[in-house]
Amino acid sequence: MKKILLCSIIFVLSFPLLAKEEVNVYSARKEQLIKPLLNEFSRTSGIKVNLITSSEDALLKRLQLEGKNSPADILITTDAGRLYRAKVSKVLQPAITIKMQNMIAKHLQDPEHYWLALTTRARVIVYAKDRVKPSELSTYEALTDKKWRKRICVRSSNNIYNQSLVASMIAHKGKKFTAKWTKSLVKNFARKPKGGDRDQIKAVAAGQCDVAIVNTYYLGQMINSSDSSQVNATKKIAVFWPNQQDRGTHINVSGIAITKAAKNKKNALKLINFLLSDDAQFWYAQVNNEYPVVTTAGLSETLKSWGKFKADTLDLDKLGLFNSDAVKIMDKAGWR
Amino acid sequence: MRTISKKWFFVTLVVTILLTTPIWLLVSFIFEPTNENWTHLAKTLLPEYITNSLILMFGVSIGTLLFGVYSAWLITQYQFFASNILHWALLLPLAIPAYIIAYTYTGLLEFEGPVQSYLRTIFSTQTVLQWFPEVRSLGGAILMFSLVLYPYVYLLARAAFASKSQQIIEVSKTLGASPLRIFFKVALPMARPAIIAGLTLALMETLADFGTVKHFGIPTFTTGIYRSWTGFGDTTTTAQLSLLLLAFVITLILIELWSRRQAKYFTHQKNQPPITTKITGLKAVIAFIICSLPILLGFIIPTSQLLAWSINSAQTSFNKEFFELIWNSFYLAFFTALITVIIALLLAYSKRIQDNKIIYTLVRITTFGYAIPGTVIAIAVMILFTTFDNYIDSFMLANFNISTGLILSGTLFILVFAYTFRFLSVSLQTIDSGLSRIKNSMDETAITLGARPTRILTKIHLPMLKTSLLTAFILVFVEVLKELPTTLILRPFNFNTLSVRAYEMAADERLADAGLPAILIVLTGLIPVIILSQIMRKQHA
Repeated sequence: MKKILLCSIIFVLSFPLLAKEEVNVYSARKEQLIKPLLNEFSRTSGIKVNLITSSEDALLKRLQLEGKNSPADILITTDAGRLYRAKVSKVLQPAITIKMQNMIAKHLQDPEHYWLALTTRARVIVYAKDRVKPSELSTYEALTDKKWRKRICVRSSNNIYNQSLVASMIAHKGKKFTAKWTKSLVKNFARKPKGGDRDQIKAVAAGQCDVAIVNTYYLGQMINSSDSSQVNATKKIAVFWPNQQDRGTHINVSGIAITKAAKNKKNALKLINFLLSDDAQFWYAQVNNEYPVVTTAGLSETLKSWGKFKADTLDLDKLGLFNSDAVKIMDKAGWR
Repeated sequence: MRTISKKWFFVTLVVTILLTTPIWLLVSFIFEPTNENWTHLAKTLLPEYITNSLILMFGVSIGTLLFGVYSAWLITQYQFFASNILHWALLLPLAIPAYIIAYTYTGLLEFEGPVQSYLRTIFSTQTVLQWFPEVRSLGGAILMFSLVLYPYVYLLARAAFASKSQQIIEVSKTLGASPLRIFFKVALPMARPAIIAGLTLALMETLADFGTVKHFGIPTFTTGIYRSWTGFGDTTTTAQLSLLLLAFVITLILIELWSRRQAKYFTHQKNQPPITTKITGLKAVIAFIICSLPILLGFIIPTSQLLAWSINSAQTSFNKEFFELIWNSFYLAFFTALITVIIALLLAYSKRIQDNKIIYTLVRITTFGYAIPGTVIAIAVMILFTTFDNYIDSFMLANFNISTGLILSGTLFILVFAYTFRFLSVSLQTIDSGLSRIKNSMDETAITLGARPTRILTKIHLPMLKTSLLTAFILVFVEVLKELPTTLILRPFNFNTLSVRAYEMAADERLADAGLPAILIVLTGLIPVIILSQIMRKQHA
């Protein structure tokens, strides 16, 4: 009797070891913005998802160092430039299927099929409704005008979204123009860069500056916040979509790729398919106010309220290509 | 004696060499030629980084000394209202990570924060109060660091005031010296080595910080290190900048050494119970204010803010997952602290019994880890272990056709290794200063009587070192609990801790949601701090 009991205990305990359908994810998306979706995927597919979240630079380094023995199957980042860096570091494989390629716009995926975007985030100008008329605003370039002297708030150049904004400027207008643009922009800063994007929005609401450059989803989070002071701050400001008459507003993406060392490629592809489903795409819109890449997916009320906009269709690879130049230009311009 | 020494020498040599591998790895980058990123940084930002770091260090020195030394002196010499509570409560800010205190004060003092909102209603204005100090500034950062790091100075200064100099202080009193004169002329110079040891720890942690200075927008040396890694993707420049930071640290350590060499005092009796004078009236009020101010600013205010944030989110986000976070944080901190204390004891003791330059230097080098930013340590450790694992794997594949994969990388082992390297300094400083209080003549007597080093250690030193060992254990415990960058980079799959959770919320600018895990870090760290102080009290009673 005892033996039978022992055997059954061992059997039960070893059960999770036998159920070996799994996929290993390295994610630069914070846990709270990926785990619910992964749980849902596990529930519907029966595939266990193992997760490590960290900064993209750390995850990329880890992939590089682990080499062919890396346990990771999937890399998720919140910046296109890092996907490019991962691709040139040879830790990814071109595994994006034709079906997936056809689901989303060309500029939102790697031309050689190493990665694709899951969501997009736009970097917009927000302005104080009582002090700035939208007609005074037009493009990122125009923010260097003298009339904005000491009126602009933006966070530190350590931030990747600022780095990619400047990188996109290099891609469109060249290094020389961008260096000049950055210098003049810094002259218009109302204060030394500090805090995150939400802090810039708050500063505009508080009257410390009149316009700020921020990502849309931070504003979305504030609008839907349980903290009334944040909600009140958003009532004093409005969104302006820059560069609508020419190339469109600068966007960055969160994206996904399959690693070269992937041992569970089949499951990894299933996971990507799941993340491209309308439901998963809508979840991002709903929970974090990011724009879906699949056009059939629904938008949240907040996203709808901001209206449609023209997005820059620049090859996102360029953001990675010019990242280090962008950082140097910002350094020289004194953008701290 | 010779052969015993050899055994100790060998063990110490192996341990120190293994533990300092991350440093040797960094040092190997000296030989790489500097590239254009280095030139760029040197030309544009390096001077600013260095200036800011120096100002920060200078300010934090003054801040931690002001908060730590006076309170330690008052607590050891006088009895006044609540002094036996303040005695341990002064350690509380230790449980709060620097970047968390930075977030809480930003929340309190920013434009929409309760303080400014209240002031605006008083002055009935809607606009920015121009005179209101900006917390996110160099001065603000100095205050934040001072508030959470002064306990190091307090702890070591208190021990020094309480034991070493007590007799001499008594003598000075009898000779009619005024309290102020005793403090400046007798107690302070005698406690200087201990105070400087505490200060060194505080400054090393300041230098290694990134979270706080990033949030406050102050470019320091660490900012440069991160920038060359994340902005340029350039490991070489990252390593070379880290080496330059090390040069800073070595200077600090040399100053500390020099200060220790200046003064070597031993007491003749162990655990001399301090004689405290009862003070009342205005004197007691002043003493109370001096001792409670650091607790108010460094613990009560930030904790209240965290509580206020977490009450809002606790109902929705507190679930059984949080028990797992607490448990993970707890056992990781517990085992690391245990291992670190054992190694620190081995090294400190080995240094004591052998007069050997090589051992002495190697043990010194193991303490550098505390000043190296966690991220740099994490990458160095990752490089070491993946190289090792991949080498074993290809060796086994070539010879036995078995793939071993990654053996150690991606396990908790390398995380504990990285912590040990990073926090060894904390426990070594504490144990070292405990050992130095035990007279050499005691060892000599024991040796003459034929005792071997191991026996001297277990029978004489360990009982006398109990408090130091426990202090070392708890300091490392709390440090690991708060630690962020190394954990974030090296942790295995599906392994989360409280500090990672707090950070992920805060980094996403969801401060209110960061409140709950942050307050749990503080509470988990509180328990050992209180135990420590209770045991210390008993020792004196």
